[in-house]
Amino acid sequence: MLVESPPEQRAETAPAPPTRRAVRAFGLLLSVVLLVLVALASIAIGAKELSLGQVWHGLFEDSGTYGDVVVAERLSRTLLGLLAGAALGLAGAVLQALTRNPLADPGLLGINAGASAAVVTAITYFGVTSLTGYVWFAFFGAAAVGALVWFLGGSRGATPVRLALAGTAVSAALYGYLQAVMIMDEAALGKMRFWTVGSLASATNSTITQVLPFLLTGTVLALALARPLNAMAMGDDTAKALGANLNRTRALSMLAATVLCGAATAACGPIVFVGLMVPHVVRSFTGPDLRWILPYAAILSPVLLLGADVIGRIVARPSELQVGIVTAILGGPVFIFLVRRRRTAQL
Amino acid sequence: MKTTNRAVRTGGLSIRLDVRALTVVLLLIVAALVASVVLIGTGDFPIPAADVLRTLVGEGNPGQEFIVNELRLPRVLVGLLVGASLGLGGALFQAISRNPLGSPDVLGLGQGATAGALVVIVLTSGSAGQVAVGALVGGLVTGLAIYLLAWKRGVHGYRLVLVGIGVSAIVTAVNGYLLTKSDIVDAARAVVWMTGSLDGRDWDQVWPLLALTAVLVPLVLVNARGLRMMEMGDDVSYALGVRVERVRLLLMVAAVLLTASATAAAGPVSFVALTAPQLARHLTRSPGPNLLPSLCMGATLLVVADWVSQRAFGAEQLPVGVVTGVLGGVYLLWLLVSERRAGRI
Repeated sequence: MLVESPPEQRAETAPAPPTRRAVRAFGLLLSVVLLVLVALASIAIGAKELSLGQVWHGLFEDSGTYGDVVVAERLSRTLLGLLAGAALGLAGAVLQALTRNPLADPGLLGINAGASAAVVTAITYFGVTSLTGYVWFAFFGAAAVGALVWFLGGSRGATPVRLALAGTAVSAALYGYLQAVMIMDEAALGKMRFWTVGSLASATNSTITQVLPFLLTGTVLALALARPLNAMAMGDDTAKALGANLNRTRALSMLAATVLCGAATAACGPIVFVGLMVPHVVRSFTGPDLRWILPYAAILSPVLLLGADVIGRIVARPSELQVGIVTAILGGPVFIFLVRRRRTAQL
Repeated sequence: MKTTNRAVRTGGLSIRLDVRALTVVLLLIVAALVASVVLIGTGDFPIPAADVLRTLVGEGNPGQEFIVNELRLPRVLVGLLVGASLGLGGALFQAISRNPLGSPDVLGLGQGATAGALVVIVLTSGSAGQVAVGALVGGLVTGLAIYLLAWKRGVHGYRLVLVGIGVSAIVTAVNGYLLTKSDIVDAARAVVWMTGSLDGRDWDQVWPLLALTAVLVPLVLVNARGLRMMEMGDDVSYALGVRVERVRLLLMVAAVLLTASATAAAGPVSFVALTAPQLARHLTRSPGPNLLPSLCMGATLLVVADWVSQRAFGAEQLPVGVVTGVLGGVYLLWLLVSERRAGRI
């Protein structure tokens, strides 16, 4: 991240000139409008098309018609998309700042794989079928793998390549385990092959109430970390001189990222690249100040996730393409583009 | 460090021999052969090693002859060839990417081959032969895509790895999609294939593999000299007269072909390509690419893993890929920690 910003931009962590701040605030407002539009599209578009009038009717004047039922169904899906998208975007932004690595992403760092492996274990060996149970397993898996990758990647001496490789290696090992379980247990295969691609389709209101507390805690924690992470971006020594507590900030950042990813993954399965792409796009117009990056990421990530979900519903009518597949197919090329654009010395 | 190199000079010919590496290669070949004989004797109808040897030279009784020559020998041969191809392919990729983790598994070749195979399994419910062709095509296309995408005035090691990771993520998503589109019977077949298995392999798989390795292995070994120099960096090897990009392209094509054909025959058996070169390097204690030791190590590993998978799980036999996955996972963690401590990655 900060590797690529020229020095004069870095100075912007100091209070920006008022006009600039106004532009950013306006942009944030614009993003909210965009989010509302995508959310409406997510309610209106699907196997059964609804007019905007029907959507309005279903949202605010419940009268039990067929359209209202469809709206209620799609509403919980849209809400989950909003929450999970925001969580993944925030987690990505925090991880990228923490590791000083523009390629950090919960999927790439194996946190998603950890959650998946834990959920398969829960289904097969502990007979867990409810989401209530999944969440705790997903948390445990995400936390354990997050810590492992952080350690294997060299903890404080972590470089982009080490972390990416450690994450990929651990993911590969965990997916091996996943396959072994699915071969031995066909029932688990039946469930897992849909869960592992990442989908919003199974969202219900109880899903949302289950993960909501975790997502809110994680969001607050992440937003509160903007200032200390800004200080850390200037280098460990400078940050220390500015009074930042490095170890506490690192630990809290990992915690925030883990809670956010664990909850999001438990609710909709592993979804890659949202957390990678959005903070990148955001950074290109906000500059390196996390006090702006984090709110932007929290608003624009659900735009991407819901957008991908809508695309998935349109391209494969009358069935649908799971959102995790659409985000990977959109995100993979972006990742490769970023790798290519970067000077090799920085990798 | 104590050097184990000996110079051999006879007349106009002069060769440098690494005695330790040579010993390792010989010992590994012996180990692979012993493991093969034991593996042939293993199964629902056990055959003592002496009888296996007698049958192999053509002096067994008709019953044993059928079991050994028609059922178990081709399976073992496929195992040996697949292991050798994966070991060599892995060593090549690790040397080219200058990274001990730059194996075909990580770079997405396995996933690419899987995508090809899944297309055949899910969309056409095709025969085993068609699945193999699909896997081969998938692997080759993925290898080509990674090379082209990583190309930017030459292919740099890290960029190759990271582009591979990106491609692998895209292909994994496609695979997940294909798996959700299949019915449960096809899905179960696909998952077994994706794990890598030697079950039911016969002579039809042996011949193409044998032909391909017979061409590629000598080709690779002849060019190994350039690869060894390239470990010193592109500029130095240019100065030493190595045409870097040409050698790299040639060796990458060979590595992709080896990996893709091995995957077509047995599925993406995980971790052999990653671990064989590392283990070989630890045994030879030689810094170079260790191509021949890696090849022998790969063959030995796969045959031993197949034996373990047949013996260890009793009635519910697991495919060999599960064993290599579990062993490889443990090994990988150890490798990551020790390489980090040594400051190599």
